[in-house]
Amino acid sequence: MTTFTSPKNAVRRPLRRPFNWRRTIALILLAVAIAVSILPFYWVLRTALSSNGSLAANSANLLPADFNLGAFKRVFGLQSASEAIAEGGSGASINFWQYLWNSLLFSGITTACAVFFSSMAAYAFSRLRWKGRDTVFSLFLATMLVPPIFTALPNFLLIKNLGLLNSMLGLVLPYLFMTPFAIFFMRQFFLNMSREVEEAAMLDGAKHWRIFFQIIMPNAAAPIATLALLTFMGQWNEYFWPLLVGTSEESRVLTVGLGVFKSQSPQGAPDWSGLMAATLVSATPVLILFAIFGKRIVNSIGFNGTK
Amino acid sequence: MTTLTKQPDPGLSARAPRKSRKRGKPSDGFRGIGDLKVALFFIAPAMVGLILFYLVPTIRGIYLSFTEYSILGDPEWIGARNYERIAKDPLFWNALGVTAEYVVINIVLQTALALGLAILMHRVAKSTLIRGALLMPYLMANVIAALLWFWMLDYQIGIINQIIEWTGLPRVAFFGSEQWAIPTQALINTWRHMGYTALLIFAGLQAIPNSVYEAASIDGSKALNTFRRITLPLLRPVLVLVLVVTVIGSFQVFDTVAVTTAGGPVNATRVLQFYIYQRAFNEQDFGYGSALAVILFLILAVVAFIQMKFLRGNQSDLD
Repeated sequence: MTTFTSPKNAVRRPLRRPFNWRRTIALILLAVAIAVSILPFYWVLRTALSSNGSLAANSANLLPADFNLGAFKRVFGLQSASEAIAEGGSGASINFWQYLWNSLLFSGITTACAVFFSSMAAYAFSRLRWKGRDTVFSLFLATMLVPPIFTALPNFLLIKNLGLLNSMLGLVLPYLFMTPFAIFFMRQFFLNMSREVEEAAMLDGAKHWRIFFQIIMPNAAAPIATLALLTFMGQWNEYFWPLLVGTSEESRVLTVGLGVFKSQSPQGAPDWSGLMAATLVSATPVLILFAIFGKRIVNSIGFNGTK
Repeated sequence: MTTLTKQPDPGLSARAPRKSRKRGKPSDGFRGIGDLKVALFFIAPAMVGLILFYLVPTIRGIYLSFTEYSILGDPEWIGARNYERIAKDPLFWNALGVTAEYVVINIVLQTALALGLAILMHRVAKSTLIRGALLMPYLMANVIAALLWFWMLDYQIGIINQIIEWTGLPRVAFFGSEQWAIPTQALINTWRHMGYTALLIFAGLQAIPNSVYEAASIDGSKALNTFRRITLPLLRPVLVLVLVVTVIGSFQVFDTVAVTTAGGPVNATRVLQFYIYQRAFNEQDFGYGSALAVILFLILAVVAFIQMKFLRGNQSDLD
């Protein structure tokens, strides 16, 4: 926010106009956009801290209606069924901790493996010379064009035939080996890496796998971290595949669990505060990552392989 | 995100001398197998993933689309009958129409808003904090965005309807009316993607050299004129890329629909992917579902091809 009036911007602006109102209108519009992006999150928090019974009567109150933590207790299973029903919950238990753990496992395992294997492939596509390299690489790139639903049906059948439905292994398997984007992302970075250190190591007779682990990977720590962040958040938000494959309590992830929570509502009014509390808790890991690595994430947007 | 640009290859020049030194014979460049053995080791895991979860499923998906298959038993070859049934299926045509409506509303709104936002950011505020704030919705799962708006847009006690009532207008059944259901889904998605798309365009704006603007300014070009004659044409490759990516993504809308309206009211939000899901997984009609998926695939391929061809997305006017 402090860059608003910095002289550097004034020079960079294509057309210098002395009228201040233009700038003011621009700032107001930007502020509106930011408000639209951010304020719904406040509304989720406000609802989660309200009690269901008071929501209807205070639907426009900006502060929590009848402040209490019942909704969060309900989400984490700290309320008895009768208490929950009295507060407008369904009384059915939701294994929130289990879903949270499943989401962590699903996102963590797939991110670690996909980033690692994709980096290996990207190394072969950038630092090694071999016949057919570019053809094979375009084959990998082409898979980005295949819509996920198209491969989801046969993949579901494969997982089913392997007897892996409703298991963590079945959930992670299709994401484990690579993502075309990750290969593309890492290759772009490797292509621009200086070759000198690698050359020195080669002269010392180091093998490729040693060069990869001891020179390439440590030097690529920054893009790997960015890629891991993006992959993890993408996996955390994944819904369609876990909906198909992970429908048992043991394999259900948070996004799918939220859908179930929503449909669990008893006749009449939904458990809005409980639902919003669950939503907020589900978003928390991503919010934490964003708070810590916000700059890295923001700067990775617009990555188009030319930088 | 994924423009393909030719990069100088560090391997080209530096490789040959090393080889000859190591093997003690003159290098034959890369006409031979080169590092093939090592390369195979490095791409092996990715190759397994590519074959098992992309190539084989693609072929199997096409095969299944020509079969009758109810998951129990074996798929039975029935030729093009699934496609004939689809051509006469009113629900398919409905799904296609509903999806198209969603894509149009979503893309027009999202692109216009994002372009505006990107220009605003470029002109008055480039701070990471602002960009971060605008990116927030995009980092949330579709499911979360859907639930959040499901609550805010509730007919009875949602805050948005409360505000609408204050302005003197009648309440809107955002999810409950056939007329509003699709625009509502598009609005939710626009909310989630607006900032992200704006950042992509913003990155494109940053890449336009200042000298171009300075030249225009010296020539006395007016702001609107500069935008139309310079900014937009130079931004074209980025805009095309953004359009291709967002259009393809929009055709595959599923999460928000599945969580909120589940295809209803009546058939108002039964978008293509949701219809495929229902046929394949609720009705166990995998052959029919696969045929629908093939059609979705073809639509996406054609749409992407047309966009790239007619908007010349892979050429830049900067060169």
